[in-house]
Amino acid sequence: MEDHGWGSIIAAFLTQFWPVWLALVITFAVSIRYKRRLGLYGKLFDSNIGMIGFAIVMFWVFTAFFADMIVTHDTLSQISQMKNKSPGTVTPDGASWYILGGDHLGRDVFSRMVLGSRVVIQIAPMATVFAFMVGITLGLPAGYYGGKLDTVLSFLANLILAFPVILLFYLLVTPEMVQTGLPQYMAVVLFLFPLIFLIVLLNSRYYVRPDLRNMLIAGVILIGGWAYLALVSEPGSRVALLPKAMDFIALPGNILIVFVSVVFVNAPTVYRIIRGIVLDIKTRDYVAAAQTRGEGPWYIMLWEILPNARGPLIVDFCLRIGYTTILLGTLGFFGLGLSPESPDWGSTINAGRKLMSIAPHPAIVPALALMSLVLGLNLLADGLREESLRD
Amino acid sequence: MLKFLLRRIFTMVLTALCLTFIVFYLTNLPPNLEKVAKSEAGSRITDAEVASWLEKNGYARPVLVRYGEWLGVAPGWTHIDEAGAVTGRCVAAGTDAATAARYCGVLQGYWGFSTVFKEGVSGIIGTRLALTGTLMFWVMVLMVPVSLIIGVLAGMREGSKLDRTLSTFSIATTATPEYVSGVILIVVFSSSIVGLKWFKGTATSAMDGITFENFFLPVLTIALYGIGYIARMTRASMTEVMTAQYIRTARLKGVSFKNVVMKHALRNALIAPFTVIMLQFPWLLNGVVIVETLFNYKGFGWTLVQAAGNNDIQLLLGCSVVAVVVVLVTQLISDVGYVYLNPRIRIS
Repeated sequence: MEDHGWGSIIAAFLTQFWPVWLALVITFAVSIRYKRRLGLYGKLFDSNIGMIGFAIVMFWVFTAFFADMIVTHDTLSQISQMKNKSPGTVTPDGASWYILGGDHLGRDVFSRMVLGSRVVIQIAPMATVFAFMVGITLGLPAGYYGGKLDTVLSFLANLILAFPVILLFYLLVTPEMVQTGLPQYMAVVLFLFPLIFLIVLLNSRYYVRPDLRNMLIAGVILIGGWAYLALVSEPGSRVALLPKAMDFIALPGNILIVFVSVVFVNAPTVYRIIRGIVLDIKTRDYVAAAQTRGEGPWYIMLWEILPNARGPLIVDFCLRIGYTTILLGTLGFFGLGLSPESPDWGSTINAGRKLMSIAPHPAIVPALALMSLVLGLNLLADGLREESLRD
Repeated sequence: MLKFLLRRIFTMVLTALCLTFIVFYLTNLPPNLEKVAKSEAGSRITDAEVASWLEKNGYARPVLVRYGEWLGVAPGWTHIDEAGAVTGRCVAAGTDAATAARYCGVLQGYWGFSTVFKEGVSGIIGTRLALTGTLMFWVMVLMVPVSLIIGVLAGMREGSKLDRTLSTFSIATTATPEYVSGVILIVVFSSSIVGLKWFKGTATSAMDGITFENFFLPVLTIALYGIGYIARMTRASMTEVMTAQYIRTARLKGVSFKNVVMKHALRNALIAPFTVIMLQFPWLLNGVVIVETLFNYKGFGWTLVQAAGNNDIQLLLGCSVVAVVVVLVTQLISDVGYVYLNPRIRIS
């Protein structure tokens, strides 16, 4: 059978993504229709840059979601005749063809790229949320109280920031490190912050209504605590707090370590941003008013200062997801953490770069994918910044 | 000013000590030591042999003591085997143990011995750092002027077509990490697929002699990532200056737009980018590691990867000291330089 030309490659590429196009059209139609009622999210649709960025980001989110419908081949099955074959090559049995060619092991580049989005979309936003929780929980009191607490925390933050990121990754993300259980201990500490954050948040708001507060906090401790234990503990490893039957989140050691180290690298920067914003906002009149009313310090921090800092924080959140994506790619590029068979973009770029002079497509496809996602996040952040400055 | 400097230097030393201790601790965790023993004495040795190897080579002592040894504040280990031969940290092979110094550490100028390269650490770091220094120099030569020009041109007239185009370009470059832009540049400019064989895809030959052909791609790859960021900062600072009262006064006086930009705005707009450029150095270090690995240029970044990948403790410590000093010194320079450039700021 004849190999396919570029026209038919592009056509097949576009039609394979049909669930994504459909979902995108629906999202945009609904959002634009009701954009006046949707607050900052709705305003995003007034700026072209923001819309383009949002479209690119959502494209990858939907791709990750519908990945099973989009892929054309199994991502791990190797066909030896398809090694380094250029895009549009028909498989030896003639039944199907590789849209974007085969990699150095004869796997389908297109399907691996599509499934690679899932790794990023699963890890990057969650890791960024955790980094924000850690940064907020430590940055608010550091900025608000100042003094010794601020000095110590800032010193620790600067300490982590002074580390070259790659050295830190090489020290933390190794099989030997997983053996010592250190990443799990770090997870024990880092994953506690979202819980503390939620409890303090609810307590400071509802302490005047003890019934409601007790119920809410009991709920958080029960559900959050269980999720926390399930996330942290891993049967058979150093931290095995839960019996296997109750451990509903099974995170393999190497994913956990990647997650933890990405949170660890991002948290100090978030801390510094929050601290800076708090130093600025705490001199405002409404904070003084709350202090005069006799509100507690945590109420002021979480319900007066934090909501007023949301503009820069949302923008930074988008940028930081992009940065986390880059970090994940860096880890893959150095062959750290994720298993070599994993279809994530960093690892595929790393595997493909060795044969770049004969077959560039296995490296260039995930490279372009990663670049477009980060670009989309940057454009989205830019659009959000523009729109949030407008009011 | 002097008090400020002293305080900063004290924090720097404290940070460097903490960081090197963390690196030391992490590289000396039991599984890592086992890996070292197995790579040195053979991969099939038993656990007992591992323990005795560690004992014999001074690894079995408490971490704090050994950190002191490395630092040069605790006496170096010595080991006397059954035959009576003395080995030790301070005893170089083939010399008499009696004449060896008691302390040998960083404070005495001894950086240790690399297990991967079989060479003294200070020698390795010196030569590698020189190679990376050349790379960094050319990156700066390319990056700083280009990014400043882009930033000033974009910020000169906010919202114009030129601004939109240049801003999009800057966003695109910041969104492209080095391992992506490197791959794309290699494919476009040096592979046989596209056919533009303008440059070489590796920089190995650049270690002997730099030519435009073998060195441009790595330099461009590192510079691109920084250009976008610095240009955006310059643009932000330029737009702020352009809305200032004295610019409007100058325009109303009848000064031409070109003169306003060149004589009034530019100098004030360049204060902020200075700090950003200085703070870029630590980031560049990151890029250097990726690019040196990608282009196989055996400089400091490449050495760092080799040391980390093989758990070469002494070399890794040396590398991290260099990296930390680079980060902290650039921070200090940016703070001090900022005060000199902007007389309105006083350090107390």
